[in-house]
Amino acid sequence: MNETEDSKEECARQDSERELVLPGDFITDGKFKAGSGTYMENGKIYASTLGIKSMRSNFVNVVPLSGQYIPKVGDQVIGIVVEVGPSNWLVDINSPYPAPMHINEAPWRVDFGDTARYLNVGETILARIFMVDEVKHVQVSMKDHGLRKITGGQMVTISHSKVPRVIGRNGSMIQMIKNFTNCRIIVGQNGRIWVDGDPDAVVNAVNAIRLIEEEAQAVGLTERLKEFLESTQKGKKV
Amino acid sequence: MGGATTDLKLIDENGRRIDGRRPDELRPLKIEAGVLKRADGSAYVHWGENKVLAAVYGPRECHPRHLQNPTRAIVQCNYNMASFSVSDRKRPGPDRRSQEISKIISEALEHVVLTHLFPRTSIDVYIEVLQANAGTRCAGLTAASVALADAGVPMKDLIASCASGKVADTIVLDLRNEEDNFGSADVPLGLVPRTGEIVLLQMDGDLSVDEFKTALTMSTDACYKIYEMQKDALKRKYCVAPAEIPAAMAEAIQTSAAPAEQVNGGDDIKDDTSDNQQGGMQ
Repeated sequence: MNETEDSKEECARQDSERELVLPGDFITDGKFKAGSGTYMENGKIYASTLGIKSMRSNFVNVVPLSGQYIPKVGDQVIGIVVEVGPSNWLVDINSPYPAPMHINEAPWRVDFGDTARYLNVGETILARIFMVDEVKHVQVSMKDHGLRKITGGQMVTISHSKVPRVIGRNGSMIQMIKNFTNCRIIVGQNGRIWVDGDPDAVVNAVNAIRLIEEEAQAVGLTERLKEFLESTQKGKKV
Repeated sequence: MGGATTDLKLIDENGRRIDGRRPDELRPLKIEAGVLKRADGSAYVHWGENKVLAAVYGPRECHPRHLQNPTRAIVQCNYNMASFSVSDRKRPGPDRRSQEISKIISEALEHVVLTHLFPRTSIDVYIEVLQANAGTRCAGLTAASVALADAGVPMKDLIASCASGKVADTIVLDLRNEEDNFGSADVPLGLVPRTGEIVLLQMDGDLSVDEFKTALTMSTDACYKIYEMQKDALKRKYCVAPAEIPAAMAEAIQTSAAPAEQVNGGDDIKDDTSDNQQGGMQ
């Protein structure tokens, strides 16, 4: 889903040391460039966030272990409508910034003042971040295929920094959960995950996601998850 | 300060203080990160007889709206003393002193937080003093910066903070309650250890220039010690590399983790975990 985040995570995984850095820790002064979670001062690069150091090509990044979701253009997110205006909806995307969606960005032809007929307060949507400006004014859109109003199912919220881990390399992790539980799962980049399917299977899928969140940093998580999912299957037969 | 007199011998013939410390000795300090579940980040500091909790929320939408800054985040700190934190019940609610401390701590933190990354938001820091024994603003600031790091807020460095002062004509480090009340000066210091920048400095009482310099050097040295303890607290919480856990400890965790898994899966997985190296690492 998100290739850069994913490969970053992968790189951190391959690093034999997987070193934890704290704000202010000196990282490097070589010919590297300061990536996310770092800052440069007098030609030296320091960590700005608590996280795992990762050196990739000529960039130094710190993969954060906590923190708020900051919207990025193109991210697929799960939002909850919190306010309805005559020509827009205000959507909570689990971030410090509320995201309005104009009627032109809705997948329906909505007349002015007729917004509440299509989406009302408390309803959940699958949307895409369509614009973020320099003062972080965000706009979301539902005009893309696959984007829709979400009904039924369950929603789990995890820390957004663990999303790449839940998805796994090329979606391997999430695919495994889907295969074992037969659930429909949508992962939003903002840390909201929607799960729908057979009630027992949903419980297992949610537990699996929680397991990934808890043990996001553990080595061999894939095998661990597989074991967990297999054990739930066995439990069913008994 | 200054006015109160006592027949307490604040410093004895051997140069020891009332709690047996040497003039340049810190009180025992314990820091713990991530103690609160509901807050985005938190820390607990137990410093001598001070007990201070700090919680961080955010960056989050800034309310009231007129406080928003379109170019950067604001840091709002709230320092509060519990009514049972001192020997005479403290009247609850903000007073002149706690407003002042809230202000200086938020200004100190604003210097290290990379506020330009989160325009229009507010980063809220709540400092609760559960038990006070002089030096709570330093304990609060120390706790707050650990809590900010725990919350994943990007910043240039942590802030370490410590006070020093003048008691019975001697410059001493980290005053306790009696020394603060009957001493003649108290100088709290907030330091950015990596660069040596001073982000908080106050002086209550009088010191000569030389005395002030001695006091400053003393608290600066102490801040570097505190800085190490802050980092240690964070590393303890985010112990990532399972290789770092000694084998014996991992084994202990493994056995304690087994019953928890029984709840989920039944009998058959118990065998799985005993063969599995990764099973109980976390």
